[in-house]
Amino acid sequence: MDDTNQINEKDKKPVESTHKIGIYLWIWGLLFVLSFFSYMVDWYQFQGMLRWSLILFFMFAKAGLIMAFFMHLFWERYALVNVLLWPMTAIACFVFLMAAEFEYTLFSRMFYFFVGGGA
Amino acid sequence: MSDPKIDGFELKPGFRGMASDTGSDQTMFKGVHWGKAMMWIFLLSDTFVFSCFLIAYMKGRGSTPVEWPNPSEVFALEAFGVPVPLLLIALMTFVLITSSGTMALAVKYGYEKNRKMCGWLVLATAIGGLTFVGMQAYEWSKLIHEGVRPWENPFGAAQFGSFFFMITGFHGTHVSIGVIFLFIYAYKVFAGHYENGGKRGWFTTMKGDYVEIEILGLYWHFVDLVWVFIFAFFYLW
Repeated sequence: MDDTNQINEKDKKPVESTHKIGIYLWIWGLLFVLSFFSYMVDWYQFQGMLRWSLILFFMFAKAGLIMAFFMHLFWERYALVNVLLWPMTAIACFVFLMAAEFEYTLFSRMFYFFVGGGA
Repeated sequence: MSDPKIDGFELKPGFRGMASDTGSDQTMFKGVHWGKAMMWIFLLSDTFVFSCFLIAYMKGRGSTPVEWPNPSEVFALEAFGVPVPLLLIALMTFVLITSSGTMALAVKYGYEKNRKMCGWLVLATAIGGLTFVGMQAYEWSKLIHEGVRPWENPFGAAQFGSFFFMITGFHGTHVSIGVIFLFIYAYKVFAGHYENGGKRGWFTTMKGDYVEIEILGLYWHFVDLVWVFIFAFFYLW
C-alpha cells in the first residue's frame, strides 16, 4: 500500500506496514457472497455445463481471493509467488492425465461388460 | 510483512526483483522469516497431498458405471420438517469463512502490536474451528447411522464412502490440529510472549514475534482454501 509513509509521519510510534482494515472486510464480504452464490447453484439445481462452469468459477474466485489477500500473496515478493504457483501446473497436468485415464477405464469396463472379452 | 525493502538489500518489484532474489548470495527469500518460508513450502507439499486425494476421487467417480450418490440429497438436513439440500455443509462453509476472516484481522492487529485485539481474534478463530469440527463430527455420525461405510452405502456407487471419509477426514484432521495450535497461540498472545521484542518462541529458544501469528494464519487460510475445493468438487459437483 502506498499510504504507509503518511501513517508513519502522523504517528509517533513506528508502525510496521500493514494494510487497511477495509480491504480485509471487503474480501471477507466477497467470500460470503461468492459462497452464497455457489450454494445457490445447488439450490436452483442447475445442471450440465452451466452447473460445472459456475462451480469452477466461484471456486477459483474464492481461492484466488483467499490466496491473494488473506495469505498476502498479492503483496508478496515475486520469488515466493512464483515458487508457489508454478508447481500448480504439474497438478493441472496430472488432472488431465487422470481424466484421460478414467475415460479409458470406464470405456473398457463398459466394453467388456456388454461385448465381452472374447475367447 | 511483505515489504520488498529489506535492510541493505533493495529488491526491485516484479520479475527483476525475483531474479536478483533468486540469484542472490547464500540464501533466497532474503528478509523473509524462515518460519514463513518453511510454512509456505509445507503448504505447497500439502497442496500436492490434497490434490492427489481429489484427483483420485475424480478418477474413481469417473470410472465407475454405477450411479454416483446425489450429494444434495445425501447431505440434506431437515429444518422445520423440510429437507434443505446441503444445509449443514453451507453452515460449515459459513463458519470456516468467518474464522478465516477473524484470522486475517488477527494477523493485521498482530503486526500493529495490538495484543488484546490480536488475542481475542485468534481465540474467535479457534472457537470457529472448533464449531466446524463439531459439525463435521455430527455429519459423520449421521452418515454412519444411515449406513455409509468405506466399502458400501445405500445411495449408490460403493466408492463414495471411502472417498468421503478419506478426504473430509484428512481435512478435518488439519482443522483439528489448527484448532489446537490456535488455542495455544491465543494463550501466547494474551500472555505477552510477543511483546517488547518477544519473550518466548514455539519449540525453540529463539525469541517469539508476531510474525508467528502470520505463519499460523497462513496454515489456517490454507485449511479454508482446501475446503473451498472440497465444497466445489465433493458436495456441489
